[in-house]
Amino acid sequence: MRVNGVDHPAPSDPRRLLSDHLRHDLGLTGTHVGCEHGVCGCCTVLLDGAPARSCLMLAVQGEGHELTTIEGLTADGAALHPVQQAFHECHALQCGFCTPGFVMSVVGLLAQHPEPTAEQIDEGISGNLCRCTGYASIRRAVKRAAELSAK
Amino acid sequence: MKPAPFEYHSAATVTEACSLLVSLEDAKVLAGGQSLVPLLNFRLARPQHIVDINRIAGLEGVYERDGGVAVQALARQSAVEDSEIVARVCPLLGAAVRLVAHRVIRNRGTVCGSLAHADPASELPAVLLALGGNVVARSTRGERVIPAEALFQGVMETALAPDELITEAWFPASPERFGVVEESRRHGDFALAGAVRAGARLALFGVAATPVLADPKDPVLGLRPSGDLEASSEFRLHLVRVLTARAFAA
Repeated sequence: MRVNGVDHPAPSDPRRLLSDHLRHDLGLTGTHVGCEHGVCGCCTVLLDGAPARSCLMLAVQGEGHELTTIEGLTADGAALHPVQQAFHECHALQCGFCTPGFVMSVVGLLAQHPEPTAEQIDEGISGNLCRCTGYASIRRAVKRAAELSAK
Repeated sequence: MKPAPFEYHSAATVTEACSLLVSLEDAKVLAGGQSLVPLLNFRLARPQHIVDINRIAGLEGVYERDGGVAVQALARQSAVEDSEIVARVCPLLGAAVRLVAHRVIRNRGTVCGSLAHADPASELPAVLLALGGNVVARSTRGERVIPAEALFQGVMETALAPDELITEAWFPASPERFGVVEESRRHGDFALAGAVRAGARLALFGVAATPVLADPKDPVLGLRPSGDLEASSEFRLHLVRVLTARAFAA
């Protein structure tokens, strides 16, 4: 499987979840693991460009697919991705645990709706939980990300 | 939590998937995995074998058939949500699929997988029942069509044999008047109760072991929903009355 542009062999153990493979085998610890049953959204990555829960996929299923984690949104040393920049500007994180998942979901949301309405923003982030409850800033950040992406 | 050990098999064709299912003891089909993988992670399901159908080519279609919409086994819920054919022929299915979890889950989850999983609180089985649709089940013995009325047998139990695979589901065209309404604690959660209207037909979900057809004039007749921490039995009956009225108000 190709992760952030680099080819890696799939793990031999089929029980290995994609989330654990990314974190423990590839050292990509930006993908966070919260609930491991698809509710919290912390482990969201891009599978062939569309957001998906990495805790609900077996790593062997990634074979032949293109995966992007938070580490791969921009090249090393490059400027922040517009969604990351917007989260930074709008203070859309407190503890930061949920942030990688939110950012990956919002990348997917903006691909689907480049100019999202308030309703589409709520729907788009509804699958991610922020236990600091910083949702107001996160909503603002999604709007800002849409502006930055349009530039 | 991590899955208990299992043997993993990836099928390249429907024929191969059926051969695997008939030859393996205690095998589960893995499609979108949005229900099965949580069950594996919690070890609520501990199958000996997993038959992954995701690599089967040509099984992702959504197409018009017999005046309705056929949704193949690997058509993701998000693709059904975005489908022009679904919007035109069966907008009820399009409306219902938007209520399934969240977009990120729908990017992987499949319509056929949701029907095979048969969670009594899920929307799509009730939609299939309200519309009078069916599923096509394939095994090494051949193909058979199972109508919605016969498919759902109990909580997460269907008429599918252990070696049968749903290759597609068929939803008749939505009648002019239709609607799907539900009440859940949080957006994207499983519904406490829900109602699907297709013309004069009403199917309820979340209030019995399977989705059930009901009389719109007296939707609670014969219903005895279970109560839990989220909603008492009486509250679920109240919801059925209110949701039915809303579904038929349009």
